[in-house]
Amino acid sequence: MELVTPAGNLPSLKAAVDNGADSVYIGFKDDTNARHFAGLNFDDNKSHLAISYARDRGVKVFAAINTYPQPSNFNRWQNSVDMAADIGVDAIILADMGVMEYACKKHPDLHLHLSVQGSATTAEAINFYHKNFAIKRVVIPRVLSIKQVGLLIKKSLVPIETFGFGSLCVMVEGRCLLSSYVTGQSPNTYGACSPASFVKWVEKKDMLETRLNDVLIDKYKDDETAGYPTICKGRFKVSENTYYAMEEPTSLNTLDILPELFKIGVSAIKIEGRQRSPAYVAQVTKVWRQAIDSVKNNYSDFIIKDNWQEQLQKVSEGTSTTLGAYSRPWQ
Amino acid sequence: MAVKNNIRISLGPITYYWSEQQISDFYHDIAKTNVDIVYLGEVICAKRRTQDYNGWLEIGRFLQKQGKQVILSTLTLIEAQSDIKTIKKICRNDEFLVEANDIATVQILSDLNLPFVTGPSVNIYNSQTLKILQKKGLKRWVMPVELSRQTLLDFQQKIDFDIETEIFTFGKMPLAYSARCYTARAYNLSKDDCQYKCIDDSDGKLLKTKEQQKFLNINGIQMQSAATSNLLNEIKNEKDANIDVVRINPQSKFTPDIIEVFNQTLKENNPINKDKLKKYILGESCNGYWFNSPGMNLL
Repeated sequence: MELVTPAGNLPSLKAAVDNGADSVYIGFKDDTNARHFAGLNFDDNKSHLAISYARDRGVKVFAAINTYPQPSNFNRWQNSVDMAADIGVDAIILADMGVMEYACKKHPDLHLHLSVQGSATTAEAINFYHKNFAIKRVVIPRVLSIKQVGLLIKKSLVPIETFGFGSLCVMVEGRCLLSSYVTGQSPNTYGACSPASFVKWVEKKDMLETRLNDVLIDKYKDDETAGYPTICKGRFKVSENTYYAMEEPTSLNTLDILPELFKIGVSAIKIEGRQRSPAYVAQVTKVWRQAIDSVKNNYSDFIIKDNWQEQLQKVSEGTSTTLGAYSRPWQ
Repeated sequence: MAVKNNIRISLGPITYYWSEQQISDFYHDIAKTNVDIVYLGEVICAKRRTQDYNGWLEIGRFLQKQGKQVILSTLTLIEAQSDIKTIKKICRNDEFLVEANDIATVQILSDLNLPFVTGPSVNIYNSQTLKILQKKGLKRWVMPVELSRQTLLDFQQKIDFDIETEIFTFGKMPLAYSARCYTARAYNLSKDDCQYKCIDDSDGKLLKTKEQQKFLNINGIQMQSAATSNLLNEIKNEKDANIDVVRINPQSKFTPDIIEVFNQTLKENNPINKDKLKKYILGESCNGYWFNSPGMNLL
């Protein structure tokens, strides 16, 4: 079981490598990746530095090129694929089959992983990408229960990577247009969800409003902690009730079910958070390295150390964590 | 001459959970309309079973006799092995073409060497992808709803192969899917114990912001726009986009009336009866995506 950790910049990559990552995933400085945020990601020079730092220490680097090009900008995705091949990444993480076809033809030796943005939830979907583009690994959406993940692993022709920790998409990745409905920009088309340029924090008497392109996502009293206005984490009114209609501002933490994930044959655990700080990457990588080593050593006697949860809790989004769809009652 | 003179009108699959009677009455009314293509079947939740496989086939045969092209639609978010079994059964039907709403279904259909259609939730964002699927047997694609007219024109520049283009033209738009059932959640129930509450909301359940803005429409595991996307005016005046089919999504009321407005406008070349159409739109209208703007906008 491999530990795959995020890096939004070189300091984060170093933090991941130094704290025990098996592989690190990065993105380039444009909309070809799903964390297209200002000040984040790698240019040509930084990518080379990243690769050599990781490689010298035996750590793999993957490049996420996991958004969807349109006819007018397809060449930008081709450039990203070429750049990834040129700097010598160990794999590229793709969502769009047009880009996969390009990568297969132009760089036949380059390994392809299917991104979570590719929305593959079944062996049949995985089989499609395996047969046509020889994908070597699949990152699956956060929609399957642990039992369903186990069945999928049994049937899948390629190894499965699952999300272990970090911010939680409650919608099937690659098929969520909530952000573009409000802002015109979505993860698929732009590489960002609820982009910061549309966010407004409006202070009113005793209240703080969070708005996304003027749509009120939530309103907080003085004693409440305000969260970033991601649409699916807002409070809305349905019938007579006002509540977190889609999901509370919690994040995913699967430490509790790590032995099961190991037992059913999950090949890699992905940590979310390329947009987070090097301190986050260091902390989370360190805990998950220890946890995965401990599970590999003896999964039936796996015990979560108190300080692991404490350390993870400190860097979690919101104040609580959840197992998300892995746990049936959550659904 | 504005639109193609042979443009066809399609009716998308019912996205809500209706009773067997309601479904039957609905399609009896639809049979009398000038709709050309009807998509049939459950696309949202495998637990919804007021109509089973044979029931859908019967409705399909009835509509086919009335001169409609019938296409069987399939589930969008596939999670369980039983879902795959159902989809395989639908794909193996020997009467009707199938609409794939997930790549798994594309794989099943191409393994069977069958021609197929893709719905709006299959991610075709560029002509390379479209061509790959065309080689696998894709005959018609529905452009993802978040793509604009300009993107469609860019597609058409690059399409040098045989394919039909369908545009989602009228209805509450599909925006997101989840493992979680938001209708059940609205009743404080889990998905496994949902009590089929979604059958009470014939057109979904409105979600408003804290300042009463009508924002989204809850439909089980799916989130739709609360506003109705209406591109009739845009399509009527469209000369260059080479649109073959315009899709209307079913709503519990006025669907035959909406089809008739579309028929009068696009086929009989009459001006849009805007007053009538306005009455038929549930909630507000939007068309932003077509203009490369936020989807909720009305431009």
